[in-house]
Amino acid sequence: MAQAQIPVSGELPLAVEHHPKAWKWYDYFTFNVDHKVIGIQYLVFSFVMYLLAGLMAVVMRTELYTPDADVIDPNLYNALLTNHGTIMIFGWVVPAAIGGFGNFLVPLMIGARDMAFPRLNALAFWLVPPAGLLLLGSFLFGGAQAGWTAYPPLSVITAKTAQSMWCLSIILAGTSSILGSVNFIVTMLKMRVPSMSWDKMPLFCWAMMATSILALLSTPVLAIGLILLLFDINFGTGFFKPDAGGDVIIYQHLFWFYSHPAVYLMILPIFGIMSEVIPVHARKPIFGYKAIVGSSMVICMVGLFVWVHHMFTSGTPPWMRMFFTVSTLIVAVPTGVKIFSWTATLWGGKIRYTSAMLFAMGLLIMFVIGGLGGVTLGTAPVDIHVHDTYYVVAHFHYVLFGGSVFGLYAGIYHWFPKMTGRMLNERLGKVHFVLTLIGANLTFLPMHFLGTQGMPRRVAMYDPQFTQLNQICTIGAFVLAFSVIPFLVNVIWSWGWGEKASGNPWRALTLEWTTDSPPMIENWHRLPVVTHGPYDYGRHEDRESAVTASHG
Amino acid sequence: MKQLPTPIWTLTVGVVVTLIAVWAGNYNIFFPEQASAQAPLVDSFFMLMFRIAVALFLLVAGTIVFFAIQFRRRPGDEGDGIPLEGDFSLEAYWTFIPAVIVIILGIYSVQVYKEMGGFAISGGNHLLMSHHNHQEMKKEMPTQFVSNDMAEPAFRGEYGIGGGTEPADVTVNVTGMQYAWIFNYPEGIVSGELHIPVHKTVQLNIKAADVIHSFWVPQFRLKQDAIPGHDTQLRFVATKVGDYPIVCAELCGAYHGAMRTRVYVHTQEEYEQWLAANQVAQNSDWSQAVAVHAE
Repeated sequence: MAQAQIPVSGELPLAVEHHPKAWKWYDYFTFNVDHKVIGIQYLVFSFVMYLLAGLMAVVMRTELYTPDADVIDPNLYNALLTNHGTIMIFGWVVPAAIGGFGNFLVPLMIGARDMAFPRLNALAFWLVPPAGLLLLGSFLFGGAQAGWTAYPPLSVITAKTAQSMWCLSIILAGTSSILGSVNFIVTMLKMRVPSMSWDKMPLFCWAMMATSILALLSTPVLAIGLILLLFDINFGTGFFKPDAGGDVIIYQHLFWFYSHPAVYLMILPIFGIMSEVIPVHARKPIFGYKAIVGSSMVICMVGLFVWVHHMFTSGTPPWMRMFFTVSTLIVAVPTGVKIFSWTATLWGGKIRYTSAMLFAMGLLIMFVIGGLGGVTLGTAPVDIHVHDTYYVVAHFHYVLFGGSVFGLYAGIYHWFPKMTGRMLNERLGKVHFVLTLIGANLTFLPMHFLGTQGMPRRVAMYDPQFTQLNQICTIGAFVLAFSVIPFLVNVIWSWGWGEKASGNPWRALTLEWTTDSPPMIENWHRLPVVTHGPYDYGRHEDRESAVTASHG
Repeated sequence: MKQLPTPIWTLTVGVVVTLIAVWAGNYNIFFPEQASAQAPLVDSFFMLMFRIAVALFLLVAGTIVFFAIQFRRRPGDEGDGIPLEGDFSLEAYWTFIPAVIVIILGIYSVQVYKEMGGFAISGGNHLLMSHHNHQEMKKEMPTQFVSNDMAEPAFRGEYGIGGGTEPADVTVNVTGMQYAWIFNYPEGIVSGELHIPVHKTVQLNIKAADVIHSFWVPQFRLKQDAIPGHDTQLRFVATKVGDYPIVCAELCGAYHGAMRTRVYVHTQEEYEQWLAANQVAQNSDWSQAVAVHAE
């Protein structure tokens, strides 16, 4: 085998000890190949991007407090909406969920000392900050203004320099995603500790497997679309120019072939986090391990064949509108299986209401609302009316904020002790949860009614009849913005001065908890041996502690 | 605690949830008034899904909240829960039931879509379309604005809702441009607002002059993109006299939000008066001005 498989029973070979005992703070700003450093680099970078994109949303909601475009220039408004969406997706949820949690957790969960290709891993991370800087820098040239979908001809004729920077940025982020996916798949195929059979692999790893396969299959198509768009903007080609024999619809197919699966790239790792957080804090085995693994794979496959539901009012023949209605509705089935399995996991548990668990349960309810709204959107007859309205904005914020962001918060509260060796403050965590839950519903629930009543999305000015609902949304957005403060205070204070965390503060059973907090540089002195399943809560009550795998 | 038998609980919960769901569906909190033949179809389909959604939400969220309270950790209890890892029949049940629901909804949505006229679209002839390039369209466009008999010639509706071979009562050519809708009538009238008679079949032939726009009348529940290089169409019957907003629903530039106009649904007599008045009033200068503007 190409990679050095360290014997299970063996001590850490002396030969690999050519690094310091522990990383210093400045190591986190270098081309470091440790998967844990890279994971934290992803998380911290993406959180900064999240704050910036959140600020953009606050400016937009302030503009929408009144029907007229009276706060900012409408061109700037379009630049903000474009970059808010783009950064939230490519700068926050994707890098935080896949790059951050994926990199930090996958090797630790499967008993590996690092990812299969550590240098490739570091390279994949260092492609992301330039991508972020390109997006932010594009504001010097007016900012890309064609929406995160960048449909030509608008994207070809508006703010060309900024739009080109936008294309390059997404191509960089996409390349990073492809490199990361290859790394995850090889790592899980080849580097599980030998005592870990497939059916003992934690569900977060299974979710990362499904995510990586999906990213590998879909991301190249987006890259192709954007390279062609870049050529159309700068080099006079006519791939998407109707008067040069091009076709604008082809771009939409290329774009959505990636960008619908991107929705699952943003939620599958979160589903993985849910499957880890809920059993630990409910003290219950996960209900239906195999069904959850299977549903991830089904979502991964079916998710590749639903993209046209974004194009029901576009250039789409009737048979296609019907085919993709049905395929879209089918996605509800495996998603439902997951929701029901987590709910059933709660039954008979002894639920500990930690901040992590609160966010996980908040996600469950928010995601049900988002998912049910998604079913109505997926049918062509209703979508003909609500497509490109605030109804869509409401739906995807319920699944992306109520789903992905709640899940990321749950993950941070759950694994912060492992990552930093310090506990987060639970009281501040609960304040954060309550504010986030109220803010999210206040912001996004009224948007359903705005959409069905007749307000289109992506507008800086709107019909005055919608003023009242918009003002509720804006107040909700301010609550959401404020809700970040207790979280930031908590993270910064706890990281420096918080209560010290033990190796396994939640008494969890997956392998990352068998090492110190934070883990040593090669993760374990002696690799752990898997003696039980990852969710065997309540089955070995005789055990003093859940940890039977070897101690460092 | 002494419990009622499970079937009674299940029945009670089922009845209560159903009643709430049916009741919730009776209040229209979602839609503006219905002004086209398609609108009631969309609304009743949506409200059916809304009722199902309310029922499912109450069941799932209710279960979560109930479990959250019932199975909370009691003070001093450091133990684990019941080591239950799954239940095949339960899992089969909650896979099967949603699958049946979405299949039924899928079939029903095809039916609704058919009633809306979604399958009646005559176009989609890609052989024809491949010859229809933009140069042709550009040449035709100025003539369209002044042409008196332009019902047949260049337009080949590829995508949209409604259509069929029989001619519509009223055909209007619609052009979306940054940031206005221009309506061309076969009678030679050019207008910035859409005027149509009530209870008549209206066909809109939709083109885009610059970027993608989307023609949407919320009260009609109908929307179709105007796509550069492609001809699209909408065919509908307005059922209520009045005036309703026409909204652009596809991001088309800085003033996308201001790209709004109105559709006036007249009685037949009023419509004819409007036609007559405007045929007299408009001269060719006005038409040319618009045609130049479209470039």
